[in-house]
Amino acid sequence: MDIQVDKVAKAYERFPALHGVSLHIASGELVALLGPSGSGKTTLLRVIAGLESPDSGRVLMGGDDASRLSVQQRHVGFVFQSYALFRNMRVVDNVAFGLRVRPRATRPPRAEIRRRALELLDFVQLTGLDRRYPQQLSGGQRQRVALARALAIEPRVLLLDEPFGALDARVRKELRKWLREIHDRTGHTTVFVTHDQEEALELADRLVVMSQGRIEQIGTPDEIYDHPTSPYVYGFIGESSHVQAERKSGEILVGGRQTGLRTEGADGPVLLYFRPHHVDLSDGEPGLVGTVTAQRRVGGVRRVELAVEGATEKVEIDIPSGFPAAPGSRLTFRPGRWQTYALA
Amino acid sequence: MRRVLLAVALVYIAAVLVLPLVLVFTEAFRKGWENYLSAFTDPSSLAAIRLTLLVTVIAVPLNAVFGVLAAWSVTKYQFRGKALLTTLIDLPFSVSPVVSGMVYVLLFGAQGLIGPWLRDNGIEIIFAVPGIVLATMFVTVPFVARELIPLMQSQGTTDEEAALSLGASGWQTFRRVTLPNIKWGLVYGVLLCTARAMGEFGAVSVVSGHIRGKTTTMPLDIEILYNDYNFTAAFAMASLLALLALVTLLIKTVLELRFADELAGTRRH
Repeated sequence: MDIQVDKVAKAYERFPALHGVSLHIASGELVALLGPSGSGKTTLLRVIAGLESPDSGRVLMGGDDASRLSVQQRHVGFVFQSYALFRNMRVVDNVAFGLRVRPRATRPPRAEIRRRALELLDFVQLTGLDRRYPQQLSGGQRQRVALARALAIEPRVLLLDEPFGALDARVRKELRKWLREIHDRTGHTTVFVTHDQEEALELADRLVVMSQGRIEQIGTPDEIYDHPTSPYVYGFIGESSHVQAERKSGEILVGGRQTGLRTEGADGPVLLYFRPHHVDLSDGEPGLVGTVTAQRRVGGVRRVELAVEGATEKVEIDIPSGFPAAPGSRLTFRPGRWQTYALA
Repeated sequence: MRRVLLAVALVYIAAVLVLPLVLVFTEAFRKGWENYLSAFTDPSSLAAIRLTLLVTVIAVPLNAVFGVLAAWSVTKYQFRGKALLTTLIDLPFSVSPVVSGMVYVLLFGAQGLIGPWLRDNGIEIIFAVPGIVLATMFVTVPFVARELIPLMQSQGTTDEEAALSLGASGWQTFRRVTLPNIKWGLVYGVLLCTARAMGEFGAVSVVSGHIRGKTTTMPLDIEILYNDYNFTAAFAMASLLALLALVTLLIKTVLELRFADELAGTRRH
């Protein structure tokens, strides 16, 4: 089932949370809503679920306007950040809840409900824990119960709010892989919210990068990582450095010096962005010149902090670990991949 | 130092709480079992006991329902006047019960605002059972709501949202998710409410009219008996009321011990 978000705006007591956001999510896609806290990503997810009603705009599911449907009628599987498991019910009853509350006409028989709940517990690898109460489970197990419970209603779409937020790093990685497998097997259209870019890049087919109630960029992990369309996305995704520069008839100058980098565009001040590991040390060739202010060994490379001549910001670059880089020494380098953004 | 403080506290409690309670029972049994029991065969006293139970049976369930509704509204919804509602719920705590009784007299009494209309239509409220029920309801409004609001606040709304997203109706959500979550807080509130409903004196006294056998509840009956120098009967009734209070206290303590976690976040009165 595809989801179309059409110019959705939402404000909480005059504090705007979403400014006219539009977005299309294709059927069967796994999409991450990525952004810092306060970027509106959770609000957008809740609007799609029907837990919040937008001030203006529409949400369409499978081409039909879902804006007027209540949360019950939308038939979405929602996994809450804190799991929201019913503590007075056993695990199996949690999973069966969505089937038990159905009106008599569409409710499966008792035995069938139980069979399906147990089947789902097998599916999420919690066989044998059906008689436990949520308090008797670990965080990762609770997460699986929450997912099984959401899947039990055979949802049209699956929505997850910070699904791995409360878990420790190891469990988090494991569950991430596992969620991808679940998605590939069930084929649900899945949207999850996260503030962890690594998680979003690894898991999602497409990323929606959000900031201050707006969508900054939508794209595949490759597109977002390699071609960020704004300084915000460049800075938010992956590691990056930037310096103030100037564009003069296509040449990029830093501190008035030629760097050997060229782009099309109007003359004027620009910000030059690049990633620390996408630089080459250049001998003799023109490039950015900097003085080493600090250095540390990071895995197979040496990360050097440089004060670039003619720029106020310090930048970080990665150089071969064997390369001499004592503080105070000068280096000339040129970014292999880079991007400029005109300063408004 | 510790011993001194402890001794002071114990002596104080003994003098102020335990001694009077013991005296109530010794006074009640002073003339022996038979006299004690005969106090309860008096038709007027039996009527008083019946009336007290009737009032409690009406006021407590109504206030339990109201308390749940009020706590639900205050904690699950955002609306204008929420702070006002929360303050109003507390009003019976801060207003003297006598004043609350007076309000009903001013409203429903013969000289009252709608008193003449009631008289013309043959409805009796003041100096009759409905007035006593209303006065009791007024003073016991806060108990359940005050118990539930902090509890429901600390539990948040995500459990309810989860139930709704799974297709549950509002009622199913309440019965299967909210009610089990607040169960012990509700029982606790109902107990406190019951104790107060049975023991209320001031507000009920104003609207009752003190017609023995008709409009006297147990506390009022005790006063009348006492003023008639019928000490044994007065203390016998008092002992029964005290016994009910002790049972309530006992259940409350058991609940506190067993369900301390689920009651956490609730205010003590």
